[in-house]
Amino acid sequence: MTVFVNKDTKVIVQGITGGTARFHTKQMLEYGTKIVGGVTPKKGGTEVEGVPVFNTVKEAVDQTGANASVIYVPAPFAADAILEAVDAELDLVICITEHIPVLDMVKVKRYMEGKKTRLIGPNCPGVISPDECKIGIMPGYIHTKGHIGVVSRSGTLTYEAVHQLSQAGYGQTTAVGIGGDPVNGTDFIDVLKAFNDDPETYAVVMIGEIGGTAEEEAAEWVKVNMTKPVVGFIGGATAPPGKRMGHAGAIISGGKGTAEEKIRVMNECGIEVAETPSVIGETMIRVLKETGLAEKCKTH
Amino acid sequence: MNIHEYQGKEILRNYGVKVPNGYVAYTVDEAVEAAEKLGSSVTVVKAQIHAGGRGKAGGVKVAKNLDEVRTYANEILGKTLVTHQTGPEGKEVKRLLIEEGCDIKKEYYIGVVLDRATSRVVMMGSEEGGTEIEEVAAETPEKIFKEVIDPVVGLSGYQARRLAFNMNIPDELLNKAVKFMTSLYQAFIEKDCSIAEINPLVTTGDGEVLALDAKLNFDDNALYRQKDVLEYRDLDEEDEKEIEASKYDLSYVALDGNIGCMVNGAGLAMSTMDIIKHYGGEPANFLDVGGGATAEKVTEAFKIILSDKNVKGIFVNIFGGIMKCDVIAEGVVEATKQVGLNLPLVVRLEGTNVDLGKKILNESGLNIIPADSMADGAEKIVSLVKGA
Repeated sequence: MTVFVNKDTKVIVQGITGGTARFHTKQMLEYGTKIVGGVTPKKGGTEVEGVPVFNTVKEAVDQTGANASVIYVPAPFAADAILEAVDAELDLVICITEHIPVLDMVKVKRYMEGKKTRLIGPNCPGVISPDECKIGIMPGYIHTKGHIGVVSRSGTLTYEAVHQLSQAGYGQTTAVGIGGDPVNGTDFIDVLKAFNDDPETYAVVMIGEIGGTAEEEAAEWVKVNMTKPVVGFIGGATAPPGKRMGHAGAIISGGKGTAEEKIRVMNECGIEVAETPSVIGETMIRVLKETGLAEKCKTH
Repeated sequence: MNIHEYQGKEILRNYGVKVPNGYVAYTVDEAVEAAEKLGSSVTVVKAQIHAGGRGKAGGVKVAKNLDEVRTYANEILGKTLVTHQTGPEGKEVKRLLIEEGCDIKKEYYIGVVLDRATSRVVMMGSEEGGTEIEEVAAETPEKIFKEVIDPVVGLSGYQARRLAFNMNIPDELLNKAVKFMTSLYQAFIEKDCSIAEINPLVTTGDGEVLALDAKLNFDDNALYRQKDVLEYRDLDEEDEKEIEASKYDLSYVALDGNIGCMVNGAGLAMSTMDIIKHYGGEPANFLDVGGGATAEKVTEAFKIILSDKNVKGIFVNIFGGIMKCDVIAEGVVEATKQVGLNLPLVVRLEGTNVDLGKKILNESGLNIIPADSMADGAEKIVSLVKGA
């Protein structure tokens, strides 16, 4: 099994007529993702890469039976695009867009309370279940099907970890980028729970970065609930305090959110933390060998 | 984005938050003129820089007459203040806030921030004002009270009252305190603040509730709809290279080392700094070229790195997703054509359109040292820079 997305996921692309969305729609189709429609207001009736375009999400869902959406809409309009997808009662909405004002996301989160939709992102690379479904912007070729779950706040660091695992012969069930913003739809714990419940996932890589306390909370959850080994990495150990490191969420302020503290708590909770980003794969393989899971996880 | 205290107070005043009367002054004469206009018995001369701890560094003085205003203004203008937030090089004072003094009865703390755990805006209050709130939080956390605010309803009257009671604000000033808090929340929301901190908030002998200091930061992602806030930007307070980078939507932070970094993605960019340090080098910068960068932007990014005289070598670390490797390669080639390159350049390319990217670099005839992984790249650039 996989988490969140699989070969039956039917996806619409919001903002499909934009340049980035066009490029990635093509890439997703080539990967085998079931892209069934697109949405751009006033472009209804046209086509992109052979995919029909609709004016509204509701119309696209009614016509195609889609259950997921991916958003490439520019930041000023992205929060509205999420609301539209939630209103259309999609199961899953993945928002790739970066630079959404945080107070817009505060409203979106409030609106989503009690709704059935799961939001992943914003400011994330998306979700991929290798050989089944790729939704987002990640390079498909580095992924291989297998038994390691990957969850990360950083897009490019996810690629780094996946690449190392695949090269060493360890495939992935699903890789989930939760995004680098301070307010996001799905957090570490949501994804860890899903991996814990998934019989095909035997171990998990969790990649965090400086800022906030999401990693510490996730580590506490792992300590109490997780039945599978978790290997971690935290980016930004050498970042100076008070400086925003690209992501709106990646900032050390008031002595909080340091990599040192996160690594300490993760270690305490039984999570092995890789010392550098280039040994995430190695660290996972060592842990798999120690726990007797290496044979079961080796896929190629 | 940060702004000065006097600018923050201007915004707050427009929202009905009480602040002392005051004027900005760029020269000593302007300072004296401002004090004359205020006509208060006591005048405060406050250095305006984007950093806290000004008082301790000698940047805030209380003047009892116009002569003292002149003396203090003379002393502070042009002075380099070193506080715990400026770094050892300090910051030169170019503006003053000349403000009427007030009869302080008690100092409190009020802060509005985003609480990531609840995804809501939170107002915090404490009767331990005037000191570092981090210290209060560490030593007496029970003295900080929080109200989590529903974005649909806003800060309710009962929440503001509860906070005021918890802070032990006297009953006779309750209504003024509630007005202060609701106005502050309104300003925070409508101006897309990321932090609004009033430390201290004071009650005065004549029964007022006033913001004696104001620290407002803004969400950079929302500046597109806050044109008036953008006008408050003071370029003197920012690093030149960071200003240049922001023109091209590049995320750049200047650091002290000598290895220039160009990376895509914030997480990878941070980790690239980490791994350079791990191999014994020092990064000169954080630079995330972002996802939507064009070859032109990459060229500008490269030029910004090269404009840092400390840079002795460059490490380009790209794992293409939304960013395509060929775009990076074109940008690198174009930049070196424009500005020349005498420094070692290590490039690691992986991800979307990687073969195309490598081909462009190979055919460019540039002296580029390829790397197979980020560890390999970091090791190579560190040893090249050390050997130079």
